[in-house]
Amino acid sequence: MSLKLNINGTTKTINAHPDTPLLWVLRDELNLKGTKFGCGAGLCGACTVHIDGVATRACQTPISTVQKAHITTIEAISKHPIGQKVQHVWIENDVPQCGYCQSGQIMSATALLSKNPHPTDHDIDEAMSGNVCRCGTYPRIRASIHAVADNI
Amino acid sequence: MSHHHVNTLSRRTFISASLAVSGALMFDIRITNAASKANSINAFISISDDNKITILSKNPEIGQGIQTSLPMILAEELDVEWAHVQIEQAPLNPSVFGRQHAGGSNSTPENYTALRKAGASARAMIIAAAATQWNVPADECTTDKGYVIHANSKKRASYGSLAALAAQQKAPDPAKVSLKDPKNFTILGQKIRGYDVEKIVRGEPIFAIDVTLPHMRYAVFEKCPVFGGTLETVNSDDIKKLPDVTDVIIVKASETNPKGDFQGLKDGVAIVAKSWWAAQQAREKLAITWNEGPFAHHSSEDYARQAQELSTQNPTTFVRRDGDATTALTSAATTVEAHYSYPLMSHIGLEPQNCTAHFKDGKINLWAPAQNPDVGQKLVAELLGIPLENVTVTMVRGGGGFGRRLQSDFMVEAAWIAKHVNAPVKLLWSRQDDMQHDFYRPAGFHYLKAGLDKDGTLTALRDHFVTFGVKHKVANSANMEEAEFPAQLVPNLEFGQSMIEFGIPTGPMRAPRSNALGFVFQSFLDEVAHKAGKDPLDFALTLLGERRTLTSGDKPNALRDFNTGRMRDVLETVAKMSSWSTRHELPKRTAKGLAYYFSHFGYFAEVVQVSIATNGSINIDQVWVAGDIGAQIVNMSGAEHQLKGAVLDGLGQALGQAITIKNGRVVQSNFDEVQPLRINQAPPIDYVFLKTNNAVTGLGEPALPPILPALCNAIFAATGQRIRSLPINTADLKA
Repeated sequence: MSLKLNINGTTKTINAHPDTPLLWVLRDELNLKGTKFGCGAGLCGACTVHIDGVATRACQTPISTVQKAHITTIEAISKHPIGQKVQHVWIENDVPQCGYCQSGQIMSATALLSKNPHPTDHDIDEAMSGNVCRCGTYPRIRASIHAVADNI
Repeated sequence: MSHHHVNTLSRRTFISASLAVSGALMFDIRITNAASKANSINAFISISDDNKITILSKNPEIGQGIQTSLPMILAEELDVEWAHVQIEQAPLNPSVFGRQHAGGSNSTPENYTALRKAGASARAMIIAAAATQWNVPADECTTDKGYVIHANSKKRASYGSLAALAAQQKAPDPAKVSLKDPKNFTILGQKIRGYDVEKIVRGEPIFAIDVTLPHMRYAVFEKCPVFGGTLETVNSDDIKKLPDVTDVIIVKASETNPKGDFQGLKDGVAIVAKSWWAAQQAREKLAITWNEGPFAHHSSEDYARQAQELSTQNPTTFVRRDGDATTALTSAATTVEAHYSYPLMSHIGLEPQNCTAHFKDGKINLWAPAQNPDVGQKLVAELLGIPLENVTVTMVRGGGGFGRRLQSDFMVEAAWIAKHVNAPVKLLWSRQDDMQHDFYRPAGFHYLKAGLDKDGTLTALRDHFVTFGVKHKVANSANMEEAEFPAQLVPNLEFGQSMIEFGIPTGPMRAPRSNALGFVFQSFLDEVAHKAGKDPLDFALTLLGERRTLTSGDKPNALRDFNTGRMRDVLETVAKMSSWSTRHELPKRTAKGLAYYFSHFGYFAEVVQVSIATNGSINIDQVWVAGDIGAQIVNMSGAEHQLKGAVLDGLGQALGQAITIKNGRVVQSNFDEVQPLRINQAPPIDYVFLKTNNAVTGLGEPALPPILPALCNAIFAATGQRIRSLPINTADLKA
């Protein structure tokens, strides 16, 4: 079965069952490996992408539901003006440890800052608590979101 | 990704001389990388003619930062600009690189001096090349960030321009290599960012799960949910007909793993498909009859009942006996008695276990996020019945380790599946697989009694430790060492031990043993201090006594032996940092708790401040940490990461992580039931490293053990409720 998806500004024809989660189409059909598999249940945020700018868990998103949407993954977030700033500060502050969750963290942080350029600590807790970092980089994630905000 | 691996595999090893041996590392071994045309100075360092400096990182990277920190040690002594250094993962070859593993905070102490010498040796060879070229004495030459300088003749040459000649120099005797004075360090002790950070932030495919080979297939492996269960029947013909499924492999472990080694193959069914999702979907259609085996009736509830029963009997064995605890407890002015317990725990690294394998012509290549790649290599060779040299393991970045990837079961499974499939295969576990087929942090039960004299001095301590055994041996990482604190500081002390027989795989988890025993003893000692009417800090300093080293083995060991002075110093430092002495001024239900612990060569004291709401919910306001891991912090950025990561790891464990067993199987299956710490729970953490004149040691583990008891002791101070069982039940903390 074939359907079309708009991913990172390009239309892609996908041959997969419409129920297939977007995560697996990104990773294994389109070879966009930046979006990660952590739990398969929407509980960890490692697979966070933007669907029309909204942070969304790709493991819980059947491709049939996003045929008309603009899908953005970590591979294209540098084209997003705030996404680029987030990436820059993430590098400056050496945020990752193992790094596995960081694509998802960056996607969630970019979505937060796009909607709310000067988030409070409480806003950060609300927006980011769906993204697990097993290594515990939370102090640097929080500091980096504030640093981006100072630069907007 | 695949291009990078091709380069790695094409390396050839030349052994040019055997004189340069330092510790386990033979660094006068030249490795050429055909692709980069670099000149190999030694096993770790190559320099191209155009001045590109490539340093191999020998150990697996799992988020602990070793990929960056070990090359920093080499670059410091080589005397180059860090910005000019490129890092590559070394191939697996312990005969050249020494032990290549990630565990026990060992990488730094095992490699620090040897890698300094390897860097200094390469620098000496480059100087020798310059001296030859310029016809001047080598000892008149100096170096400055990638250049050799001869001041008298005003000659200056880049390392790159000398590299070809340097590669032909004889390596100096490591015993005679001169090392930098640490006060002249320009790289070590700096904040250096992780080498892969930019790739991570761009979402580049650098993790094991991202490995992709041409014509690769995807596998899932269904095992019996009950440990030790065996396969009876499966509807494999139905599964073979499902969309995109290419192979169904029935695995009978009795043929390959008759002894039931936990790392060996287990009974199950592998489904191989054109995509992982197709394989995972097909799995839902499996109809399997299992023989659930001898452990099907096991449950956590029953373990607790057995422990209680054993506690009423004498211990089966004694780990340690000093003085006469029985008499001393009878004659003590005051006694304190308490039962402590902690649960099985899963490692929950965010990247599920996975391994990509390609079997062809009697040889196999594996790409794995392994913490113990050489063990995996051996197990695969034995399983497939092929020589070790026909098993090539590439170490690929792992999404967290925490000890789980010290076990090689996922490599063994991938190898077996690949052997039965005519294509490369990526085996990927689901989160449920990962949580239900772990090598768990063992649970444990402690029945403690302490005796105090009339002055409140601890004179006697008894622990009856009920732990777990597999085939009548203490289960992996379920032991207690005879030097366990406060051994050697209490005149009448008895560590007794009994075992509950079970069949669940256990293994090391970050700060193995200490992550649990720290909670037990540091909580109990806090309890004892309160009973004695003493400030827990004063009680600790009295217990530690004068500054001295307590030798635990037959002969002194500077790394392992416990030094009371180093512990006093971190305690006094953290007390100052946290304003410990004014803690009584805090509002009601807000309080501080203190704990300290020596593990994996590191000394840590930690204070936690909590505020407990009337509904029992816990807010962790702040954490203060003082640590001593010796004379040098390798990478300040990485060290801060490890310290804070360990603290947050421990808080997460205490607040919401337990694995329970029912009907022989793990009850929990995902992050709703085992709760990783989240950003809204993560407190600010202040820290200080005391730099002391001691060996440079590691930091993966030692900051973790004190945080759990410090939290629990703070909760006691805030509420009067003593936490004697983990994870913490907030319902007990209501006002």
